[in-house]
Amino acid sequence: MEVSMTVNGREVTADVEPRTLLVHFLREDQRLTGTHVGCETGYCGACTVHVNGEAIKSCMLLAVQASGANVKTIEGLADGETLHPVQEGFWERHGLQCGFCTPGMIMTSVALLEENASPSEDEIRHGIEGNLCRCTGYHNIIKAVEYAGATMRGEEPPAPDWEGGE
Amino acid sequence: MATTISALGGVIRRREDPALIQGKGTYVDDITPLGTGFVAFARSPYANATITSIDTSAAQAAEGVIAIYTNDDVAHLGGLLAQVVVAKGRPLMADGKVKHVGEAVAMVVAESTYQARDAADLVEVDYEPMKAVVDMKEAAADTSLVHDDLESNVIVAWEAGPFGDEEGIAATKQTIADAKERDDTVTVSVEAVNQRLIPVAIEPRSVLAEWNGGYQRFRVHSSTQFPHALMGAIKTTFGLDANQVHVTAPEVGGGFGVKLNIYNDEILACFAAQQLGRPVKWTETRREAPFSSIHGRGWVATATITGTKDGEILGYELDAIADMGAYEQNFTAAIPFLGLFVGSGQYKFPTHWKATCVFTNTMTTDAYRGAGRPEAAYYLERIIDAYSREIGVDPVDVRKKNFIERFDEAVVSPIGFAIDTGDYATNLDKLVEVSDYEGLKAERDAARADGRYVGIGITTYCEVCGFAPTALSELGFSWATYGLPAGFYGTGLVRVNPDTSVTVVTGTGPSGQGHQTTWSQLVSDRLGIPVEKIRVIHGDTEESPMGIGTFGSRSLAVDGTATFDAAERVAQKAKNIAAHLLEASAEDIELDADGGHVVGSPDSSIEWGEIAAAAYLPHRLGESEIEGGLESHVIFDPPNATWPFGAHLAMVEVDPETGNVEILRYMTVDDCGNIINPMIVAGQVHGGVTQGIGQAMLEEAIYDEDGNLLTGSLLDYPIPTASDVPMFELDHTVTPTNINSLGAKGIGEAGTIGSAQTIVNAVVDALEPFGVKHVDMPLRPRRVWSAIQEARS
Repeated sequence: MEVSMTVNGREVTADVEPRTLLVHFLREDQRLTGTHVGCETGYCGACTVHVNGEAIKSCMLLAVQASGANVKTIEGLADGETLHPVQEGFWERHGLQCGFCTPGMIMTSVALLEENASPSEDEIRHGIEGNLCRCTGYHNIIKAVEYAGATMRGEEPPAPDWEGGE
Repeated sequence: MATTISALGGVIRRREDPALIQGKGTYVDDITPLGTGFVAFARSPYANATITSIDTSAAQAAEGVIAIYTNDDVAHLGGLLAQVVVAKGRPLMADGKVKHVGEAVAMVVAESTYQARDAADLVEVDYEPMKAVVDMKEAAADTSLVHDDLESNVIVAWEAGPFGDEEGIAATKQTIADAKERDDTVTVSVEAVNQRLIPVAIEPRSVLAEWNGGYQRFRVHSSTQFPHALMGAIKTTFGLDANQVHVTAPEVGGGFGVKLNIYNDEILACFAAQQLGRPVKWTETRREAPFSSIHGRGWVATATITGTKDGEILGYELDAIADMGAYEQNFTAAIPFLGLFVGSGQYKFPTHWKATCVFTNTMTTDAYRGAGRPEAAYYLERIIDAYSREIGVDPVDVRKKNFIERFDEAVVSPIGFAIDTGDYATNLDKLVEVSDYEGLKAERDAARADGRYVGIGITTYCEVCGFAPTALSELGFSWATYGLPAGFYGTGLVRVNPDTSVTVVTGTGPSGQGHQTTWSQLVSDRLGIPVEKIRVIHGDTEESPMGIGTFGSRSLAVDGTATFDAAERVAQKAKNIAAHLLEASAEDIELDADGGHVVGSPDSSIEWGEIAAAAYLPHRLGESEIEGGLESHVIFDPPNATWPFGAHLAMVEVDPETGNVEILRYMTVDDCGNIINPMIVAGQVHGGVTQGIGQAMLEEAIYDEDGNLLTGSLLDYPIPTASDVPMFELDHTVTPTNINSLGAKGIGEAGTIGSAQTIVNAVVDALEPFGVKHVDMPLRPRRVWSAIQEARS
């Protein structure tokens, strides 16, 4: 059946099987492979995208359920060559290792900071606990979100806690 | 070694990250060539059964199905290759019987993944189920056999120390028996389970195979840590040469050992691609991953210490049974052997260490982060803690009393292996100092007086990594079955291109460890060319002449060293060329980002572009006898493994009403030798510790008595979330190794090896007022609460 939606600012229309998950529609029909499939059951969060401004796990939604929606994926986050502050934060504070959970983690973090501009450590932890990372132990993800929050508020980001400085 | 390395301690942002944070990284499942057929497997619902019939007709008729294969179609290829199979390897698909739930019985290739999965459900298989062997102790007792064509479930028993010396082992046992007889000694025993784990890399495994019948070549993308071994397994299975199989591991989304194996699905995808003449892709679902990818750990053991009442340990004994699952794969029965290496940890006391490896009707176990060493460290550090508690001496003092003293040249451990360098007391002293251990104890005691249950766990570990020497291959660690040189070398190729950019090729297969960044730093350190102009290629069997992948915390110490040494040779050659062009002596040339300069003569310089041009246009080198080209390829075959070490401390609080454990502080003082990029090293420790905390507090693969996995989803098998771990407090000491030019030892697994027992020791300390002596992992609230109730009653 036919679905139409806005993906990263572009109107798209496609003919899909009714059971097609939104994540498969994005990856396979739209070739937006930055959104990853980690579990297909809503636990890991690797497939997190924004639907009408809200972070959702795109394996938990059928493509047809997103018909008419405004969808943003990791590919649509940067402003041209200018990275989003959260992307900068993850790069500056080593918030990723293998990078597989990263697009979902970043999309969740962006939504978190849009809702709460200066979250505490606990609020960040709670805000991203639906996104699993097996590499970082979350320590540097917290630091990355703190870095991004500070730059978005126009403040100096906290210094890194490893030896050797910036 | 006298090399001065300016790259040491330099933090630069990772070169890998711009792609990964923008969704521009390419993982295997992101690659779908036109005409790809998609694979799904029909899997066994039984743990032990005979297959009486397989009917694929309904599946064959399903929409979109291209082909269906069973073992009859692939039996001629032989079984799945493994580096060593002691007793029973895995068939490519079930050969008339199934030996664990989820074993692949039939393979469906269809036009879409959805169609393949639908059709796999239509494969009709009749089974005659038999009794499953699940319990390790029952397996070791051979009350029922996993494989009825074998005489025993026992595959092998590893015993030390010293390893390989029967008389020495008998003498050690006698020494310990004599110590037990003494009046002034106590003997403390703990039986503990080091539970089976599911690795859970967030990227499920994926393989894409293409066959070109014209060139007679395979092109394979796989999410593997070990691309050369996969190339070797494919070439050997299909009777091809190395240059007919090109394997690439693109971005790999976490490894932790689970992607170190060669898997039947990788070989089967190649088979189907060759049969069908079209690309064939299989991507694991999370639901099937516990049945298609290896598990880790799975030991039950009794650890015993005999020592004086003032803390001098006279003997340590470990008697372990290790669960290998139903079939041996890449390293399976060798994993407990890796534990044996470090069975005596940082200590000098006589050690009798034994692990018996048994088959059960469960998924194969193999390397999961730490691989044998977390198990070994767990038992050793748990029983030292129990012994310290028994004699009432601080566990720090007991450890220090029994350490091997500082050594700068190799010493042989009680297990019988030569350790490169170590300074254990200094390391533990540093943890005591930076943690304010005395202050923490006072804090704990004050909390206790206040009716709170706060505990401190402190432990040490000795790692073995940077795997070498090649002589190990004689013990069965060997890639010879894959048609590869059997040894533990590393490779690095450094090439300055004509435009002065640099291409580096290495034999590793990273999955998040940042090799592009660290290797760039090493090469820039030697050449002076900035890291932005250096591209590092890894995980590709056609680009890299050889390599044995990324595992066992070995990449920097072995392949990194090879790359560093290759860069040094290129630097020497560049100096020779510059000296020739400047009519100076090569000893007087210094390299930097601009080119070569004669020391002390600011006007006597030559740009990199001129040096490179002369290298590629060797007529400019005239009579100098310098050959053309500006590259070097070094293979480093280290004389020994490296032996990092460290000490961990955890402070926890237990809620006695619920059994909930909260981690208040977690501190590490690791010693991994010289550190190149502290940011990347810190990241490895954070992640490693978190996986150890996962084992200590959350994770457990549970089979019922019929061999059904009860914890197959991320709901039943929770891994740590951001809310389960604290911020980590890291420090280190630096004791360089003397077996490589970097002085680097390795850090990838250290966090995992040191952490689970640190948490358990802390929880047992917190529960001391109740008299709790041990609680088995994972320390979920119910288990902790039950331990309190039991101790109370």
